[in-house]
Amino acid sequence: METYSLLREFADSWMLIFLTSVFVGVVLWAFRPGSRPVHDDIAASIFRNDDKPADTAGRSEEART
Amino acid sequence: MWDYFKLIALGLITVLAAIGANYARDPAYLVNALTIMLVAGGLFLWSVRRVDEPKLATPQNEYFDGVVRAGVIATAFWGVVGFLVGVFIAFQLAFPSLNFEWAQGFANFGRLRPLHTSAVIFAFGGNALIASSFYVVQRTSAARLWGGNLGWFVFWGYQLVIVLAATGYLLGATQSKEYAEPEWYVDLWLTVVWLAYLAAFLGTLLKRKEPHIYVANWFYLSFIITVAMLHVFNNLSVPVSVFGSKSVQVFSGVQDAMVQWWYGHNAVGFFLTAGFLGMMYYFVPKQAERPVFSYKLSIIHFWALIFLYIWAGPHHLHYTALPDWASTLGMVFSIMLWMPSWGGMINGLMTLSGAWDKLRTDPIIRMMVVSIGFYGMSTFEGPMMSIKAVNSLSHYTDWTIGHVHSGALGWNGMITFGALYYLTPKLWNRSGLYSLKLVSWHFWLATIGIVLYASSMWVTGIMEGLMWREVDANGFLVNAFADTVSAKFPMYVVRGLGGTMFLTGALIMCYNLWMTVKAQPEKASDNAFVPAE
Repeated sequence: METYSLLREFADSWMLIFLTSVFVGVVLWAFRPGSRPVHDDIAASIFRNDDKPADTAGRSEEART
Repeated sequence: MWDYFKLIALGLITVLAAIGANYARDPAYLVNALTIMLVAGGLFLWSVRRVDEPKLATPQNEYFDGVVRAGVIATAFWGVVGFLVGVFIAFQLAFPSLNFEWAQGFANFGRLRPLHTSAVIFAFGGNALIASSFYVVQRTSAARLWGGNLGWFVFWGYQLVIVLAATGYLLGATQSKEYAEPEWYVDLWLTVVWLAYLAAFLGTLLKRKEPHIYVANWFYLSFIITVAMLHVFNNLSVPVSVFGSKSVQVFSGVQDAMVQWWYGHNAVGFFLTAGFLGMMYYFVPKQAERPVFSYKLSIIHFWALIFLYIWAGPHHLHYTALPDWASTLGMVFSIMLWMPSWGGMINGLMTLSGAWDKLRTDPIIRMMVVSIGFYGMSTFEGPMMSIKAVNSLSHYTDWTIGHVHSGALGWNGMITFGALYYLTPKLWNRSGLYSLKLVSWHFWLATIGIVLYASSMWVTGIMEGLMWREVDANGFLVNAFADTVSAKFPMYVVRGLGGTMFLTGALIMCYNLWMTVKAQPEKASDNAFVPAE
């Protein structure tokens, strides 16, 4: 089989299934139970550390309310 | 040790550039080689004078904002240059006598047009993206930019790309690929700079103190990676001579066209959309002082956008030698793109829910909202124009130019202006902007300018599309091409006026930002305890 046909067959079968399921998986993962507090925290992260970097990992925790 | 290595490298580049200038086969290469020689030689002298000076340790407890400040200045500067060239070539189209006889061969429309597109997209937009991404990635990672002075290398390296490309265009160096005109050596240099940019951005993400990567960084990262990939594939070419700017593409015919528009459309999709969405997802919530409307929606927006955009390119090649299935695929994906685009628009707009009153009081928010509005309009118009039946009317007409400008001026321009107004007082530690009234003036001038631009291009585009396809009872074409040109004159004048208004607004912004830094009092000590927000 020539390379073009081989790649095309692969692209519109297995690769298509793979990419589609990655996408569906990402969407399902976003809606997993318990994701709301995590997402709320990330969404609020832009309001922390505006003037200088956090000292050590996790230090930015204390600015959270 | 590193210093000596740097000196040797700079010295070598200076000598090699001088040799290149000596053997140069065309003026563009000559001027570019001389530019590189002067830059490298100047850097050599500057470094050699400081070689024994003690190094100051980079303070890890501060953000690296110097490079962001420089980026803000460069964005405003290149913006004005790009808009000015745009206004000039708009009037060249309306009044061809502006293609002056004495300037033939370097300032006629054909030479200035790529200068305009590259100046606004890559110089204005690119600097806005680099500066804002450096600002955002540091704040949202709670970490200083990775790589020490790598940020400065990215900034100055990128300015060098712009200068080399711009002088090259004027002297006739082009590989004739839209939005990828720079010749092979500029492409190679941009690749180096871009990988350094990726390293600085990714390095900062890796050493972040926040547990999660904020969505704006996802958009910025996809923009950096995809542009690197697109740039490399679309610029695969073999130089005719190492001492000349001319190169020959590796792909040919329809393959080359497909790679070009895969690049071209994703330059729109990832440079002008994903990158600027990164800006939207940071600066709109910050300016509105509310978190983004739905973080879940932003995740879906991101993945849907990047999964779909990459396939949309073939819609630039409807009714060409491209196989039918490929152009249908491009059309279908373009139409599907409408959904994530509007999801993102809704997410941006709804961030203001509960704070709509800010629209009355805050002209910066107004700018951002209009920008998101234009994002929504052009991401509706785009899928519609990608439908084959519509495209058969719209393609090759001014409708396309109108569409691009409602996206570029409306969406990219306005969100950048909003970000610049937000960033300037922050970066120079000023209590606020010099004048909100001037922001309002800028807002109205820019908005009315875009409306004039887009509506005149709709009229002239649809008109010329209909004129081209008009046939008489015997099946003969009714209009000559020159008939459409003369019929478009009034709309071209209106377009020029719209551009002039947009440029005036940008000049007002520059004055306002300048006065903010110069005349506004410094913000009171920021060492005081700040209440948790």
